[in-house]
Amino acid sequence: MMRLRMYYPVLVSALLIVALHLVLAAAHATYYMTQVTMSAYYALVVIGLCLLMGYAGQASLGHAGFFAIGGYTSAVLTTCNLSAFRDAPAIAALRSIGLVVQWQDLYGKEVLSFSPWLAFGAALLLAGLIALVIGLPVIRLKGHYLAMATLGFGLIVYRIVLGAQLFGRADGVSNVPAFRLVDGLQVNGRALFRVQNYYIAWVVVLAAMVLAINLVHSRVGRALRSIHQSEEAAHSLGVDTYRYKLATFVLSALFAAVGGVLLTHYNGSIGPSEATVMKSVRYVAIVAVGGMANLWGALVMGVLLNFLSLRGVFGTYDDAVFGAILILIMLFAPNGLLRVPNLRAVSSVGRASALAFQRVVRGRTTSTRRSHG
Amino acid sequence: MDSVLLETRNLHRSFGGVHAVKDVSVKVPSGAIKAVIGPNGAGKTTLFNLIAGTLTPQQGEVLFRGKPITAWKPHAVAALGIARTFQTTKLFPHMTVLENVMMGRHTRTRSGFLAGMLNLPWTWREDRETQAKARAILDDLGLAAHSGETASNLPFGRQRLVEFARALATEPALLLLDEPAAGLNIYETQELAQLILKIRDRGVTCLVVEHDMSLVMNISDEVVVLDQGQKIAEGPPAAIQRHPEVIRVYLGDGHA
Amino acid sequence: MNFPQIVQYSLSGITVGSIYAITAIGFNIVYCTTGVINFAQGEFLVVGAMTAISLSRVVPLPVAIALAVLLTTALGGLIELVFIRRARDASVLRLIVITIGLSIVIREAMLHIWDETVRSLPYFTGTTVSTITILGAHISPQILWVLGVSAVIVTALTLFFRFTTVGRAMRACSDDRMAARLCGINDRWMVTLSFMLSAGIGALAGCVISPVTQTQYDMGAPLAIKGFTVAILGGLGNSMAAVVAGLFLGLLEAFTVSQFAAAYKEVVAIVVLLLILVFRPSGLFARRDVSALRTA
Repeated sequence: MMRLRMYYPVLVSALLIVALHLVLAAAHATYYMTQVTMSAYYALVVIGLCLLMGYAGQASLGHAGFFAIGGYTSAVLTTCNLSAFRDAPAIAALRSIGLVVQWQDLYGKEVLSFSPWLAFGAALLLAGLIALVIGLPVIRLKGHYLAMATLGFGLIVYRIVLGAQLFGRADGVSNVPAFRLVDGLQVNGRALFRVQNYYIAWVVVLAAMVLAINLVHSRVGRALRSIHQSEEAAHSLGVDTYRYKLATFVLSALFAAVGGVLLTHYNGSIGPSEATVMKSVRYVAIVAVGGMANLWGALVMGVLLNFLSLRGVFGTYDDAVFGAILILIMLFAPNGLLRVPNLRAVSSVGRASALAFQRVVRGRTTSTRRSHG
Repeated sequence: MDSVLLETRNLHRSFGGVHAVKDVSVKVPSGAIKAVIGPNGAGKTTLFNLIAGTLTPQQGEVLFRGKPITAWKPHAVAALGIARTFQTTKLFPHMTVLENVMMGRHTRTRSGFLAGMLNLPWTWREDRETQAKARAILDDLGLAAHSGETASNLPFGRQRLVEFARALATEPALLLLDEPAAGLNIYETQELAQLILKIRDRGVTCLVVEHDMSLVMNISDEVVVLDQGQKIAEGPPAAIQRHPEVIRVYLGDGHA
Repeated sequence: MNFPQIVQYSLSGITVGSIYAITAIGFNIVYCTTGVINFAQGEFLVVGAMTAISLSRVVPLPVAIALAVLLTTALGGLIELVFIRRARDASVLRLIVITIGLSIVIREAMLHIWDETVRSLPYFTGTTVSTITILGAHISPQILWVLGVSAVIVTALTLFFRFTTVGRAMRACSDDRMAARLCGINDRWMVTLSFMLSAGIGALAGCVISPVTQTQYDMGAPLAIKGFTVAILGGLGNSMAAVVAGLFLGLLEAFTVSQFAAAYKEVVAIVVLLLILVFRPSGLFARRDVSALRTA
């Protein structure tokens, strides 16, 4: 729907982002921008997860897996040295259209590898396909079964990237080149490009927010909310609940993969720590504390909590903090901490999450499957 | 007018040994109001669920306009033009009344994920139409004043009416009403009767499960009686009222 | 593989498998009375072992173990009283998230109390090098302890649930909470008791396996996942099946290691979990209509 009102926060955010830059520049503290940029990329995962958990009402305890799939795919494709095959016709053809590029790595060595654009496309394609394959059987499951299945998926991804030589085992993949977007703009973690990358990251994040906001206010968004609030009624009104949930699952996986790709190029590397269960749990904690169906809450909390974590504010209690957040939010503030009173639809759906989870899950689990003996 | 809109043939569904629906064959003529009555546990809601696709029959067929729709999923059945209401109202509790009714337009609209995310201009027109049609129905049913309220805040009778409006928004050919009068007082029931007659006059065929006999007798063209999953009688209301089997089933053996 | 090797792997498999089974039974006990999967179940094993290890420096081993079990049991009860009880009306999913949070917090607490050092309890009988020979395979006597203790736990629980008043009350609770309350059973205490019971058996299992597998602060989560896999495999709530399923998983892991690289051992449980969730979430031994488990 053409409600310009829903874009106001985007404008406000843009202004705040610029303001933050100016403030940091004035305080000669632009090095903070690095962690803000990283946090922004992590927030992409959270936005997608918010759509999945808050709106479609599906749990996922394995979303770090999709982030890792995105990151690792682009890392491997942009660092694999194809020099040995430089004369192969396929390689030469790709090179002529710029999908295979020659560059110099950190050690001055000439490397021939796939271009970041190609890798980006491949990463998204792979993430989407895997999400589809995993989602097809798993989206049917309910409540804790779905949670466990996604957890299992996340674990498998972790084990694969940790165990395979291709992915660098415990060291991960490093030496990942910069991602040249257009002439003059590249995703690169070096200090020289800091300000540029700050804005690149925020443009990507705000674009993702716009897409998410549009979706939520559209017919599909309504359908998702209806599935969440009464799946049976939605089904009877012609909503193909299975397909919608699956599509949202894949979409959220794509969001996560984009974050993974960009952060990998920004950091120049990726490691198995991006695929751990703890990372997945963090994303869930952030969505929960932002208010399940609150996109802006998820974004704010995503950036804030990740920034604090990256800056080491939580010290050795980093994981414990997120664990505690989960407990406290679920006990005392299941609708999250950020209620936006004006956006009625947002906060009321936030309330919906707590109760609708109940409806969807409790209604199914009171059947007598509990025998004991 | 005389064609059969919906037909079930020898429908069979049991749950672990209990025959909820046993060999039920019913024909619903186009444009008619047909009632399904029977004591509790007779299988009326199960029959609805079998038609609407929530349950799959173990034997038998369901035909809509002569074409088999047996075991079709609920959303596919809805897309054909079969709408339903539920025994316990299933509104979307945290959406407004207007949004609830707008959801009824789902089968008549198209915008999907891509169009939604990109907020393409043609979706604006579609959304405007959706809203307009939903408002029109709310006006028609006298609910316009409530359109901005959260659905779960409404009194029970109003909630039922909203569910009705939502079903109507799908522009159905067949409307399955599961105990629409349950919980309504005598005035609300009379209004309900008028409403059902009104929409029938607009061309919507109605299949109604009901316990309220006065409602059934007043508005139905035909009545089918189920007991313990089986059809025991079918015919015009007056004949059913005098049918010995029906009387026995409702009132016991001493009254036939 | 020759026969002694098969025996070796089999014994190793059922040893670990019986621990998985106990963990799964812990899941089942809590699940039956609350409908919640207590993700912190795995942590109870580690907490029990770690506590016993620390205590064994000051008191004799049997006393240390007994105290550790008691303390962990108390911890289980405390968790229920402070966190789970407060979330009475929460949806099942919310409660699971809470238990995930709890498992993280407990694990981090253990990290700060005991750091990452790998520790273990001393062997109950004998030393690190003593062996017994069974059917040509040389195994540590601790394995017999594990199997023995596990068997005792399972038997004791069976007797408890079948013949004691409290046990029957808990079963009543899991069948129909409202009806149990109407019969005068204090269902809230049953819930607390179920947490305590699962914590206690977890601690005991953790202690008895510690000399064999060592104990490290972060072993709880993988154990929980395997325990959960076993519980689902047997059918949630079905503890007899959990025993069979646990032994099965243990054997599967042991023989996987015999043929493939050690890294694949961890993957086995996850693959089994995913397979069972996709194809038969009600478990291999399910009898009832499981349509409630699926949405579409």
